[in-house]
Amino acid sequence: MSILVIAEHNNEELQAATANTLTAAKEIAEKTGSEISLLVAGGNCNAVAEAASAIPGVAQVLLADSPALEKQLPENFAPYLSELVKEKSFTYVIAPSTTQGKNVLPRAAALLDVAQISDITGIVDGDTFVRPIYAGNAMQTLKSSDTIKAMTVRTAAFDPADLTGGSCSVEKLGDAADVGLSRFVSEEVVQSDRPELSNARIIVSGGRGMQSGDNFEMLEKVADKLGAAVGASRAAVDAGYVPNDMQVGQTGKIVAPDLYIAVGISGAIQHLAGMKDSKIIVAINKDEDAPIFNVADYGLVADLFDAVPELDSQL
Amino acid sequence: MKILVGIKRVVDANIKVRIKADNSAVDVEKLKMVVNPFCEIAIEEALRLKESGVATEVIAVSIGSDSCHEQLRTALALGADRVIHVATDEVIQPLAVAKLFNAIVEQEKPGLVLFGKQSIDGDNNQSGQMLAALSGMAQGTFASEISIEGDEIMVTREVDSGLQKVALKLPAVVTADLRLNEPRYVSLPNLMKAKRKPIESISVAELGIDITPRLSTVTVLNPPERSAGEKVANVAELVEKLKSEGAL
Ligand SMILES: Cc1cc2nc3c(=O)[nH]c(=O)nc-3n(C[C@H](O)[C@H](O)[C@H](O)COP(=O)(O)OP(=O)(O)OC[C@H]3O[C@@H](n4cnc5c(N)ncnc54)[C@H](O)[C@@H]3O)c2cc1C
Ligand SMILES: Nc1ncnc2c1ncn2[C@@H]1O[C@H](COP(=O)(O)O)[C@@H](O)[C@H]1O
Repeated sequence: MSILVIAEHNNEELQAATANTLTAAKEIAEKTGSEISLLVAGGNCNAVAEAASAIPGVAQVLLADSPALEKQLPENFAPYLSELVKEKSFTYVIAPSTTQGKNVLPRAAALLDVAQISDITGIVDGDTFVRPIYAGNAMQTLKSSDTIKAMTVRTAAFDPADLTGGSCSVEKLGDAADVGLSRFVSEEVVQSDRPELSNARIIVSGGRGMQSGDNFEMLEKVADKLGAAVGASRAAVDAGYVPNDMQVGQTGKIVAPDLYIAVGISGAIQHLAGMKDSKIIVAINKDEDAPIFNVADYGLVADLFDAVPELDSQL
Repeated sequence: MKILVGIKRVVDANIKVRIKADNSAVDVEKLKMVVNPFCEIAIEEALRLKESGVATEVIAVSIGSDSCHEQLRTALALGADRVIHVATDEVIQPLAVAKLFNAIVEQEKPGLVLFGKQSIDGDNNQSGQMLAALSGMAQGTFASEISIEGDEIMVTREVDSGLQKVALKLPAVVTADLRLNEPRYVSLPNLMKAKRKPIESISVAELGIDITPRLSTVTVLNPPERSAGEKVANVAELVEKLKSEGAL
């Protein structure tokens, strides 16, 4: 048995999600006696493969460096991936549960005629996995009867693996075809000096209670003092206060930092689905009956426009 | 251009579900069932494309037991021209959903397929991508804006790093994210009228698709409960507690 892990990267460097996904892969490897190969697929991504070859516990890096894969368009990437899995007889193909992983892996799984198990949070044995359903209100244990198991990993559920200290070979794979179904047009990448939401140790999130995008500056000041990332509820994103990549929840990012500070967020189940596995939850809300207080370790009933500046001055 | 929309019947998003005593499944009996919120957004987008003259016909399709007639009637009341029920009482997993839809795609030859990005019960986020694979179509997942330009559809996608825009050859599969639009409400008179409209029905056997599940459920359990902690009186106390826990 052998495992193929798809690396998350931006053609320049490996992204954090890769490290958590590898932890899940290693657990499967231990339970099944398998070897892990890491696929770096992209365009001009040699540096990523170099870096990946230093990851302990990875037997080999497979480098698919090809113009047709530069933006990882699923129309080009999925057939390439499914052929690779067949050719090298991988029995597991695993991607992080990022928008990239969710985009390409189901397409490849369908081409392989196998099911995909989305968002695994636990591994029972080589065929049996745990995943949340109903916005995390139930945990389902599933057994797969497919010979090839395709799955995405909920990164917040696995600690990051070490990415340095090892050494393995890099095998260059052949070119991918552009199947001509899709074109990349443009992207707006949100630039920030703050840590990424998905691997920040502390997150300060704002909701509809923030009232405007400008008011998020208050949270940013606190975040900068704490070295924290800034997140948001769907209501804050829908209202246009902040961009979509900041949304935490069932349909946004799933996070589990050491400390999550929810400011002006009511605590709808869809929001809780994205943050309730945080180690410590703090809620600041003026409504003492807000459901967020049912999951908060520390609740402060206060007007956020008083409490947040005060918090800022006390840090 | 015909648009095919996938409509799934799910438990209302506001309900906190309970698990059956034998831990075999979530208990959905007697709960309020609705159109999956992301499918509502998909159908809304289809209707807007028809209203703006881009689409000629909107066909809503739901796979499941006869009870999903209720959601198909909602689709009719919202303005769908036709609805198709793919009848089965079996548990349908995304690969089977994709295969069944692929058979309908072959019959109907739509110019565009609109799905929700995920169903809020299974939270799979797979069916659209799988259908795109099987039918050889391009896919635009997590769509927050679409526009049809000639033989292509431009799709703005909500991705982890921000927004990405792609151009896809038509026909294509697009999966709707929350910000694609604000769905309209169903009016009662339209719902009454929809009761008299026909629902086309086709069985899984007639479509000749093997839907045997590849995944079997071992157990369904409650997640670890989080209990309420303490209320602090002021910011100073909050900071002190967090410091003493080593969180700051
Ligand atoms: C299919 C689906 C998917 C969804 N996915 C997500 C998701 O991924 N993430 C998500 O977050 N939501 C999601 N939602 C939406 C979710 O149901 C809630 O509507 C949303 O989380 C509410 O955001 P909020 O708490 O910011 O706003 P509200 O519920 O309006 O709460 C605002 C809170 O701010 C407090 N407040 C107001 N002013 C002040 C003040 N001056 N000082 C202190 N407190 C104040 C209020 O007391 C209130 O509790 C989803 C919904 C659906 C149906
Ligand atoms: N039983 C079904 N009937 C109709 N459409 C479905 C069904 N299951 C899934 N879909 C479509 O696929 C989307 C994604 O579902 P999923 O892959 O289960 O998260 C849904 O929003 C629907 O548009």
